[in-house]
Amino acid sequence: MANPAAALEHHGHPPTTTGLDNKKVAIWAFIGSECMLFASLISTYLIYKGRSVHGPFPHLVCSPPLCDKVMPAVLDIPVTSISTFVLLVSSLAMVLALAAVENADKPKHTMGEKILGNSRLWLFMTALLGTTFLGFQAYEFTSFVHKGLTIQTNLFGSSFFTLTGFHGAHVTAGVLWLLTLLAIDFKRGLKPKDALIVDICALYWHFVDVVWVAIFTLVYLIH
Amino acid sequence: MALDQADANAAHVDHTAMGIAHEHPTWSVYWKVAVILTILTALEVWVYYIPSIVATHWFVPILLVLAAAKFVIVVLFYMHLRYDHRLFRALFTGPLLIAMSTIVALLFLFGHLVIK
Repeated sequence: MANPAAALEHHGHPPTTTGLDNKKVAIWAFIGSECMLFASLISTYLIYKGRSVHGPFPHLVCSPPLCDKVMPAVLDIPVTSISTFVLLVSSLAMVLALAAVENADKPKHTMGEKILGNSRLWLFMTALLGTTFLGFQAYEFTSFVHKGLTIQTNLFGSSFFTLTGFHGAHVTAGVLWLLTLLAIDFKRGLKPKDALIVDICALYWHFVDVVWVAIFTLVYLIH
Repeated sequence: MALDQADANAAHVDHTAMGIAHEHPTWSVYWKVAVILTILTALEVWVYYIPSIVATHWFVPILLVLAAAKFVIVVLFYMHLRYDHRLFRALFTGPLLIAMSTIVALLFLFGHLVIK
């Protein structure tokens, strides 16, 4: 028979009326609101799709008089496919980091168990892959500017840079969050009792991933 | 009696209030999901480069179904919505449905699906 004070001390926080941790409820509510934000950005892109008066265009070659000179389609599907793969792999690294923290107290005998149970490795890998994705995005944005497409050029440029720029900002925030967790892990080690803070970060990171799943199909592939 | 209730509350907190579900997938499940996601992504890109598919009316629906499958798999297995409390499911699917309805409605009003 446990007394409430002991339960409070053991679990670190009082029981809530829902029986759920407020932080996790909050992150799901936040993710729900983020769905609305990205829906507005995606719908804006889709509404303006194909309505640019001047080139360059995403999927079509632009010729005079729509462009000053012949310009190829700006979207580079092979490069973006690789960056999409990188982001998907980062989600795998993130769940492995969470699993490693949840199982931090369990004994690890084999080399495989030690690698899978290394939360620092997986947190670092997730941050590294996220940074790699941002590198791909920086390369893409730079190449677009060199091809004559800026946020002011046409409707495609405005809606594309706004949508993918917002997503990139979310990835950047996620990378900073991951690096913070990594610093905590190095400082004092993440234990199973810390699994919730890693889980909350993981939820955000996976959400950023699924938003990119939608963007990759709706913006890059469908034409 | 009050202590029994506190005991029950404590147990409830232990299982769900920490936000950690009873049964998260194992490492092998995570790897299998990653392989499936990779295959679906490769399939999407493959479809994009097949002119005979691009020319059909099936091109867009195929891509949307593949993207939706990836979306659902990540949400269910990586975000653990399959294993978590139904309140979390409601907090996500509710706004998601509103968001998707908004996109479709705006496309009907102003976009390529406009009703004339």
